Amino acid sequence: MTGHASSRISADVRHVESLLEARGLLDPGEIDARIDEFAAGGTPANGARIVAHAWADAGFTERLLADANEAIREVGLSMAGGIQEQRLKVVANSESEHHVVVCTLCSCYPVALLGPSPTWYKSEAYRSRVVRDPRGVLREFGLELPETTAISVWDASAESRYLVLPRRPAGTAGLAEAELAALVTRKGLIGTASV
Amino acid sequence: MPDRYAPGDRVRTRTTDVDGHTRLPRYARGAVGVIVEPAGRHPLADERARGRACEPRTVYHVRFAASELFGSGEHSVVVELWEDYLEEAS
Repeated sequence: MTGHASSRISADVRHVESLLEARGLLDPGEIDARIDEFAAGGTPANGARIVAHAWADAGFTERLLADANEAIREVGLSMAGGIQEQRLKVVANSESEHHVVVCTLCSCYPVALLGPSPTWYKSEAYRSRVVRDPRGVLREFGLELPETTAISVWDASAESRYLVLPRRPAGTAGLAEAELAALVTRKGLIGTASV
Repeated sequence: MPDRYAPGDRVRTRTTDVDGHTRLPRYARGAVGVIVEPAGRHPLADERARGRACEPRTVYHVRFAASELFGSGEHSVVVELWEDYLEEAS
């Protein structure tokens, strides 16, 4: 795969950025600073913390599924880090339904909460194939779902951002929240892994 | 302005191929789906991309059967669509 930094689009972006700087519309390095600001504090550990708290507290799960933006404030997180607060939609996996998130039009992702998205999430292959054949794509990720589990693909085609609430693994009844959080992966939060 | 659609309503997406930016993905055009729930109110992305002022209007999660979108498949795809892209389906 061609490196992002050497791609045609990157060269175009650098060119536009330098023109904006030359005309005094942007300070040198301002865009990088704004991107850093936006992504500051964003890490999959935030998502893992939300999931672990949901596993430990059924009332929180209910509030999270009803209004994620309000509920995540209870664990000290927020979707209001950007220019405006982004709506967060949390979808919960169950024995009968598995959820997986994609942005077919570009690469929308809860960056302010989870940090930058993985490269594969932005790839044309993932974006075009997961809506057509999610079961096949998940199998390639090593996730083999029972035929009886229905799959819902959520396309982040507008303004909401999404988070998958994975099923709590068996045999974790005695674990503390921090230990539960350590089980949750970024793929689990997108829906391309079971946890 | 109240939401035009409620959860459970059947809607059909627009078929027109607009000239320029839109957030109605090509694979979801001219398809019948079911409203899951409203997803907030936002200015229409198509208008914003053209630099036009635009009042916020309701966006919905709309669930489509894969067979409706692609002619085959057992899964469903939930697409987030502005009210402007939708019309009532019988």
